Amino acid sequence: MGEQAAGAQVSGAQSLVLALEAAGVTDVFGIPGGAVLPLYDPLLDSRVRHILVRHEQGAGHAAEGFAAATGRVGVCIATSGPGATNLVTPIADAAMDSVPMVAITGQVPSGAIGTDAFQEADIRGITMPITKHNYLVTNPDDIPRAVAEAFHIASTGRPGPVLVDVSKDALQAMTTFNWPTSIDLPGYHPVTKPHAKQVRDAAAMIIAAKAPVLYVGGGVIRAGASAALRRLADITGIPVVTTLMARGAFPDSHPQHLGMPGMHGSVAAVGALQKSDLLITLGARFDDRVTGKLSTFAPNAAVIHADIDPAEIGKNRYADIPIVGDVAEVIPELIIALETEYAAGNSGDYAAWWALLNRMRETYPMGYEPPDDGTLSPQYVIERLGIISGPESIYAAGVGQHQMWAAQFIGYERPNSWLNSGGLGTMGYAVPAAMGAKVGCPDKTVWAVDGDGCFQMTNQELVTCAINDIPIKVALINNSSLGMVRQWQTLFYNSRYSNTDLHSHRIPDFVKLADAYGCHGLRCETPEDVDTTIEKAMGMNDAPVVIDFVVHRDAMVWPMVAAGASNDEILVARAMAPDWGSDD
Amino acid sequence: MSRHTLSVLVEDTPGVLARVASLFSRRGFNIESLAVGPTEVPQISRMTIVVNVEGAPLEQVTKQLNKLINVLKIVELDPDASVQREILLVKVKADLESRSHILETVQLFRAKVVDVSPDAVTIEATGNGDKLAALLRILEPFGIKELVKSGAVAMARGAKSISDRPVRAADRSA
Repeated sequence: MGEQAAGAQVSGAQSLVLALEAAGVTDVFGIPGGAVLPLYDPLLDSRVRHILVRHEQGAGHAAEGFAAATGRVGVCIATSGPGATNLVTPIADAAMDSVPMVAITGQVPSGAIGTDAFQEADIRGITMPITKHNYLVTNPDDIPRAVAEAFHIASTGRPGPVLVDVSKDALQAMTTFNWPTSIDLPGYHPVTKPHAKQVRDAAAMIIAAKAPVLYVGGGVIRAGASAALRRLADITGIPVVTTLMARGAFPDSHPQHLGMPGMHGSVAAVGALQKSDLLITLGARFDDRVTGKLSTFAPNAAVIHADIDPAEIGKNRYADIPIVGDVAEVIPELIIALETEYAAGNSGDYAAWWALLNRMRETYPMGYEPPDDGTLSPQYVIERLGIISGPESIYAAGVGQHQMWAAQFIGYERPNSWLNSGGLGTMGYAVPAAMGAKVGCPDKTVWAVDGDGCFQMTNQELVTCAINDIPIKVALINNSSLGMVRQWQTLFYNSRYSNTDLHSHRIPDFVKLADAYGCHGLRCETPEDVDTTIEKAMGMNDAPVVIDFVVHRDAMVWPMVAAGASNDEILVARAMAPDWGSDD
Repeated sequence: MSRHTLSVLVEDTPGVLARVASLFSRRGFNIESLAVGPTEVPQISRMTIVVNVEGAPLEQVTKQLNKLINVLKIVELDPDASVQREILLVKVKADLESRSHILETVQLFRAKVVDVSPDAVTIEATGNGDKLAALLRILEPFGIKELVKSGAVAMARGAKSISDRPVRAADRSA
C-alpha cells in the first residue's frame, strides 16, 4: 500500500490501511475475525507491521505499553462482538492513565446492526464512558476523516483512547481515499498555553511559601516535560514527589527527590505533602491513593494546580491558583516568571523546611526486613533487578505488591521507563505492556515485573513474543498468593486467607510453562542466586526469558496508609507510626 | 441541592444524546428534565438540561460536558434573565356539570382545550413549572385521567444569541 494516488478507487478496508499509514502507524497489535476480515487482506501488503496476539486484551495492553514507552499513539485491532469486548479493559485502563491509543474494531454489516446478529456488540455504546471519543463508521467515505480525527484526539490535549468501529460493508464497499489536510473539530480546543496572570501569581506564591512541594503526576511524562521540571526544581530548590504514574519524571538520584507519595509512599514524600504550605501540582489529579482521606490531606497547604484537563482542577481539591495548560508550556513560563522574581531580589527561603524533610528522610528511609529463614525477599529481588539492569531499561509492572515494590525499590532516572496500570489497577497489564514497549523500543531491555497472580491472566502473550522475536524479560515475583489481597487480609481480616492462596509454588511450573511457550525459563530460590540469575537472563536475547523468583509470601508493602485513613496515620511497619518531628 | 438550567449546544450526530445522558449517570449527577431539538443552524441541536446539584458539582457537570467532543457550548441560564417554558397535556374528567368549571380554569390560565369527548377534555398549557403546577392543583379535584409534560426549554432574554460563535465553527466543518 502507500502507492495509491489520492482519489483513486479503493475498498474501505484499503482506505483504512492507507489512513493508518498516513497517520504514521508502524506497528499494530490485533486478532482478525469475521467482521474485521476485509481489513486484514490489504494489511498483508502494508508496511504497517501487524503483530498477531493471542487475546485481544493483550493487543490493547500492548498498544498501551507501546504508547507509554514511546509517547506515540498505540494501535490495536479486533473484530466485532467478543473481540471488541475483550478490548474493554485496556481501553478503560488507557482512559484512566491518559494513554494515547486508537482501537479499531470491525462491526457487523450496517444492515445487521441492531438485530442481535452473530458477534454483534454495541461497542461504541459500551465504550462511551471509557473513551475520550469514539466513532461508528458505516459509510466508507468517512473512514479517512474518522481515523485522522481519532489520532488527533488521542494524542492531543489530555491523551486518551479513541475507538473507531467500522461496519463490514463499509470495509468492503468501494470509495476514494483522501487524507484530510486539516482537522476541524468545533467542540474540541484543548487549551495548552497557560494564562499569564495565573503563572505570575503562582510564581509570587512560590516565593512567599515556606514549605512548598512539587507534587508531580503522570501528566508531566505524557507532556514530555521532564527536562523542564528538572530545571524548575534546580532553580527553585523545592522538594519533589513523584506519584506512581510519574515515576521517572524526575531522577530518583536527584537530592531534592523525596520519592513517591500515597498509600505506599515514602514517609518523607507523604510527610512533605502533609506538612506543606504550598502544593505546586503539575499534571496530577489528587487521586484517592495519593490523598488518603481527602479532608485531612495536606491540611495547611494552598494549591497551585496546573493541568491540561480543566475538569481535574477543583475536582477533588480546591485550587487557589488554577492553571489550565499543557505542563510542557506551563513549567517554562513558570520558570520565566520565577526568574523575574529572582531578578527583582525576591527569593524563597526553604532552609527550615529542608531541615524537617531531611530529618524525616534520614529517620525513615525506604527499607525492608529480609526474612530470617533464608528464603528470598521480594524487595531484594526487585532492588537487585533495578541495579543490575539499570535505569536505561524499561520496567512494566502488574498490579499488587510487586508493583509497589517495583515503584519503591527500582531507581528511575528517565521518563517513559516505568509503565504500570495506576488508575484502573489492571492485573495482567505487565506482560503485554512489556511486549508493546519492546516493539516500540527494540534496543532497550524491557522487563515485566509481574506477580504470579497477574502473570496467569495474560501470560499467553509470551507466545506472541517468542514467535515474533520480541525478547522481553519477565521477573516473576512468585509468592504463591494474590499478595496484596493477602496483605489486606493479614491486616484487616484477622489473617483469614479467603481465596488468596494460588498454590503457584507447585502449579503451574512456571519454568516448564516458559519452555512450552518457546521462552527461556529460569528459577531462583535463594538470595545467593539472585544476581547470577538476573545476569544470565540479561544475556539471553534470542527469546523471551521468564525468571521464577520463588519468594517469601509474608512480605508486606510498607509504609502504608490504610484505605480511607488520613495520611497522618501512615505506618512504616505494622503498628509502627513514624514520629513526624516538631513543626518548628 | 439547587436547581440549574443549562443550555447545551451539540453537534447533531448519532449518539450525542446517549453521550450526554450517560455522562450524567456515570458522574452521579441528577437530571430533572432534558429537552432536545433543532436550532436555527441545521447541524446544531440544543439541549435544555435542568439539573439538581450542590454548588461545586455543577462546575464538574459543565467541565465534564465540555470534554465531550460533540458538545460545542454550555451556558447556565440565570432564572431571572431567561424565559423558561414547559408544555403540558392533561386529560381531565368532564361531564355536563363540570365542563364549564373546567373551561373557566382553562381561560384563567390562558390554556387551550385541544380535544373534547363526552366525558373528558384534553387541555394544552405552556408556562413555567410553577404556573403548570398551579393549573394542575386546580384541575385535580375534577379527576386527572392522563398527564404528559415536556422537559423545560429555555432561552436568555435580550438580543444576544448563544449560538453565534459555535455556528461559525460548525460552518467551517460543513
